[in-house]
Amino acid sequence: MADHQPAAGILFTLAWRNLWRNHRRTLIMLIAIVIGVWAMILFSSLMAGMVDEMVRGGLRTLPGEVQIHHPDYRDDPSIANSIDAPQGALLERLNNPPVTGWAARIKVPAMISSERANRGIQLLGVDPAQEVSLGFDPTNIVEGRFLEGPDDKGLVIGRKLAERLETRLGKRVVIMSQDPDNNVADRGIRVVGIYQARLQATEELNVYGGLETLQKMLNVDNQVSEIAITGDDFRQVASWWPQIQQATGPELETVPWMELDGYLESMMKMQTSFNVIITVVIFLTLSFGLVNTLVMAVFERVREIGLMMALGMRPGWIMYQVLLESIILLGLGLLLGNLLAVATILPLEDGIDISALAKGLEMAGMGSTLYPSLRLSDMVLSTVVVLVLGLLASLLPAWRASRYNPIQALART
Amino acid sequence: MTAIRCSQLNKTFTQGDQIICGLDDVSIDIEEGSFVCLSGPSGSGKTTLLNAMGGLDKPDSGEIQVGDKRVDLLGKSDLADMRLHSIGFVFQAYNLIPVLTARENIEFVMQIQGVPTAQRRDKAIAMLEEVGLADHEDRLPSQLSGGQQQRVAVARAIVSGPTLVLADEPTANLDSTSATQLIELFVSLNRERGITFVIATHDTRVMAYCPRLIRMEDGKIISDEERTGKSGELQPQPS
Ligand SMILES: Nc1ncnc2c1ncn2[C@@H]1O[C@H](COP(=O)(O)OP(=O)(O)OP(=O)(O)O)[C@@H](O)[C@H]1O
Ligand SMILES: [Mg+2]
Repeated sequence: MADHQPAAGILFTLAWRNLWRNHRRTLIMLIAIVIGVWAMILFSSLMAGMVDEMVRGGLRTLPGEVQIHHPDYRDDPSIANSIDAPQGALLERLNNPPVTGWAARIKVPAMISSERANRGIQLLGVDPAQEVSLGFDPTNIVEGRFLEGPDDKGLVIGRKLAERLETRLGKRVVIMSQDPDNNVADRGIRVVGIYQARLQATEELNVYGGLETLQKMLNVDNQVSEIAITGDDFRQVASWWPQIQQATGPELETVPWMELDGYLESMMKMQTSFNVIITVVIFLTLSFGLVNTLVMAVFERVREIGLMMALGMRPGWIMYQVLLESIILLGLGLLLGNLLAVATILPLEDGIDISALAKGLEMAGMGSTLYPSLRLSDMVLSTVVVLVLGLLASLLPAWRASRYNPIQALART
Repeated sequence: MTAIRCSQLNKTFTQGDQIICGLDDVSIDIEEGSFVCLSGPSGSGKTTLLNAMGGLDKPDSGEIQVGDKRVDLLGKSDLADMRLHSIGFVFQAYNLIPVLTARENIEFVMQIQGVPTAQRRDKAIAMLEEVGLADHEDRLPSQLSGGQQQRVAVARAIVSGPTLVLADEPTANLDSTSATQLIELFVSLNRERGITFVIATHDTRVMAYCPRLIRMEDGKIISDEERTGKSGELQPQPS
């Protein structure tokens, strides 16, 4: 196109009018693209919602996107592997953004016994104010109250655990663990609150007592099992956890949630590959329709294409014109598909009740509500895939149109 | 000056295992500003010759010179440019792009030439006036009669000021009145603007206007008559 540029205006006019010449076909194709794009985004946002929910669920059970431990704690979570409560540089770091909340807690295995039954549990010695800052929701207390301070002498247990122990609010239970010297440390404590959690497994596992009360029982001063830290968005953790690690120093172990839970991490990876696979599969289906539409559109216009070539339109412009039709169709489909996705998915972000399926999903760490999560990145992914692959698929019909021999095309009756 | 010089053009087509002779050793010179008719029975090679002159098809051998260009040597893009800038075409039918209005069809050529919008529009309207269709500018081809469509095609063929117009059976689908109007339009353009016309036709009404009549048969030129007088000065005569 040495001496003059193709007049974009006329090519666009031609492409646009030609598209609507067979409006039924164009409309069907457009609807197919819109539904395809919408389905891609819906699927991605459901997947994202599901994975988020698993991660969030895991984090909500016992919050802490980043945790600091004694290096041996994860192998042997006994009180012997405890650390000092935060102080100095670390404390400074924890009290400033991006950290939005932290808690120093005791977390040791223990036995709990009522007069009727006993069970192994995870005993948590907490400062209730810190736990609330981290995300513990006091409205989850269904009977009684939550702890009132680190020196609270009561115990808060899960609803399911109360059922298993056949105990209830106001009753005394015995807790037994080990002190740092491996001596039995036990204590009778009154149940002052019963909480509910999304998962029964959580209700059976976690038992909360006052931090100072349990420190006394376990025979440690101002020592904790872990420091749990949280920020604004668990997805952003990768960007700031190294700062915590730096403040903590090398003697202790600082781990972000991704490393704490390999299962969640692999779920996140799977989610990304699922999205790509689904997007490509939906697109391949679409592309058959798209190529067919263009081939038909070109075939019906052989004579006109011949005429335009006879009049001096270069083959490259013919190709460009057919591609332009494809771009218009894809662009419209993408625009409407994305709008439809936003319009339908945003209202669902408050949650879809899937309790009918929840029994099976609980194993995967999910609750009975699914929160689809519409992400810009998923919208961009589907838009780019559809546009790029759509154009690639259109190249063949466009190229074929540009290869017509004008006299043969004109002679076609 | 010679507008078109063809020497020893040969062209064969193969259809199945048949070899069809399209052009057989055709040599002609056409002077600038002349008004020439190619006639002959169906299948005699008129379209084939016209297509070769317009660079729409390549001969198997021989030379074609249009103006100062060797058409047989040009590549596809150069041929497209030559058709766009120096030659006007009028075909038998389907001359217009169906989705464009009469005015837009005329503007189309100027648009791909890169003529600025305002100029384009004025020229297209002036051309429509010249072919007597000033009040039909916004009609789609399907809303025009065959004769009107052909006149729009003529307007488009000459709008960018070509020196040569090649017309292939331009009157074949027209009634007598429309055909006469069209041929008289050709004649006046030939006389007023000096545009060279080469018209392939078996329409005796058209031949009657032509000072030079070339007859073809089986791909060969069988006669080439010069008649005295300019286009249009000749009286229609029975042939
Ligand atoms: N693409 C082609 N393939 C095969 N044969 C062809 C092709 N084009 C033309 N021919 C043959 O070449 C010969 C000349 O054809 P051409 O179209 O030039 O005739 P014509 O004089 O224009 O006829 P008409 O008056 O019917 O338009 C004919 O025998 C025709 O069948
Ligand atoms: Mg012909």
